[in-house]
Amino acid sequence: MLPGLAYFLLFHYGALVGNVIAFKEYVPFDGLWGSPWTGLGNFRRMFEDTAFWDAVFNTVWIAVLQLVFYFPVPLGLALLLHSLTRSSVRRFVQSVAYLPHFISWVIVVALFQQLLGDTGLLNSGLDGMGLHSVDIIGNPDAFKPLVVAQVIWKDAGWGTIIFLAALAQVDEQQYEAAAIDGAGPWRRFWHVTLPAIRPVIVLLLIMRLGDILSVGFEQMLLQRDAVGPEASEIIDTFVYYQGIVGGDYGFAAAAGLFKGVVGALLVYAANKVAHRLGEQGVYK
Amino acid sequence: MSAQARPGWMEKPKPVTQAAKAVALAVVVLLVCVPFLVIVSTSLASTEEVVDNGGWVLWPTEPSLRAYRDILDGGIVTHALGVSVGVTVVGTLLSLLCTVTLAYALARPGVLGGRPVLLLVLFTFLFPPGMIPSFLLVKELGLLDSYASLVLPVLVNVFNLVVLRGFFQGIPDELYEAARLDGAGDWRVLVSVVLPLSKAALAVVGLFYAVAYWNSWFYASLYLESDHWPLQQVLRTYVVAGSGLTDATTGEGTVTAPQTVQMAVLVIATVPILLIYPFLQKYFTKGVLTGAIKS
Repeated sequence: MLPGLAYFLLFHYGALVGNVIAFKEYVPFDGLWGSPWTGLGNFRRMFEDTAFWDAVFNTVWIAVLQLVFYFPVPLGLALLLHSLTRSSVRRFVQSVAYLPHFISWVIVVALFQQLLGDTGLLNSGLDGMGLHSVDIIGNPDAFKPLVVAQVIWKDAGWGTIIFLAALAQVDEQQYEAAAIDGAGPWRRFWHVTLPAIRPVIVLLLIMRLGDILSVGFEQMLLQRDAVGPEASEIIDTFVYYQGIVGGDYGFAAAAGLFKGVVGALLVYAANKVAHRLGEQGVYK
Repeated sequence: MSAQARPGWMEKPKPVTQAAKAVALAVVVLLVCVPFLVIVSTSLASTEEVVDNGGWVLWPTEPSLRAYRDILDGGIVTHALGVSVGVTVVGTLLSLLCTVTLAYALARPGVLGGRPVLLLVLFTFLFPPGMIPSFLLVKELGLLDSYASLVLPVLVNVFNLVVLRGFFQGIPDELYEAARLDGAGDWRVLVSVVLPLSKAALAVVGLFYAVAYWNSWFYASLYLESDHWPLQQVLRTYVVAGSGLTDATTGEGTVTAPQTVQMAVLVIATVPILLIYPFLQKYFTKGVLTGAIKS
């Protein structure tokens, strides 16, 4: 147990203490502890920075788009898979659908460039038919739908796992009883299937709400150069560019700390709501 | 497995419904498979064919492994491949070792400080330390530009830890007691009783770690000089960011179209996952759910 514990103490709690840099003016020569304090100066600067608020806005907006367009997809896919009676087909489709989850974001982004970019599959197809080509990859207006589409491609299949497990727990006899009582497929779905998986749906929804300040750091970072920061800057990339690239460590750490604290509060609040609704929540 | 019989109470679905389902399933399968097919085909095509076709090829007329030979001929991709394999193997083993021992300690009742340690660990899930402090920590520890910086900061993953702990807890207490009576110590119980029973969970957690190490590029871009880069970071620079692979980076005297070379690097970065995936994916549901439900 010691090596694992040592890891958590050093790399999590050690780093957590390092957040004091958010209250300091980092001077590389003086190091973390020698740098002068600035109190809440970094936070004041952050709240007055319009670029920071743009990043917050992008983050929340992408999260909302994901909630509306991504969230229902794994659920629908799981229901579709569950409705298959032939288990060989189901397994095959499941295996294929899980796969993209294990592909790195670098490769996913490269794939999308290859298919939708300037000279990609889509545009050479359009060209061939004598139509105008569309710039999807480099167009800031298309960025948000694009990243949501990427998330759907990569993780929708994987997201079905938890729904499929919930569906597998539904008692066969309930379906049978409903069918004998004359309920057709649609009514069985409405009165047996949906109530049975409601807790899982609510739980995942709440977790997503609590996590609303996190939307795919690597995904955005990889594509930020193509569309510019106005469309693609999220809180995490803001922290990265201000701190690691710009060297403004104290300021960037303040933004990171802001995200951490608000994020933790949101998860906590979301869990409270789950308990209110009589669901189990993420933790007890 | 054979087709499952339709239960007696379930009516035969209408042809329309069945057709709609078939179409939906076909779309899902194609959406996943076609992109892979395109990159594999393009990587096998000849320069002229790629250029003629406007950058991609669906069915190469004269497939050749030229692009692969060029990039595996020494040079940056070959080196990066070595780095990736090394980091993945060493990292996965170290991570498994630390996760297994910690999960085992947290799964057994009565371990000194078990409950506070568990809370301490779970709290990090709720409140991660943040990028800047982590970066400064790695820097102050003197790990910059060492391969350790790709492994140590991500050594144990809380989700994987919870999966393993859940699995260990699912092993009947009687087995532990029997082993104890036979005079086995903690290590002995872990190695000869618990681990052989946990193959499914170990396979899943091992896969998760291996995939994470294999796919990681961000830490490499943060902590390493470019001559130490793993494969994904090379991909990022030369394929995603578009600084085409030139002669200097692929060995010498290459005449292959950058596109085919780029696609070949993509394929090489994907293949290891495609290779181990079929063997491990039967464990997914079991492994993931023991973790998800118990937490």
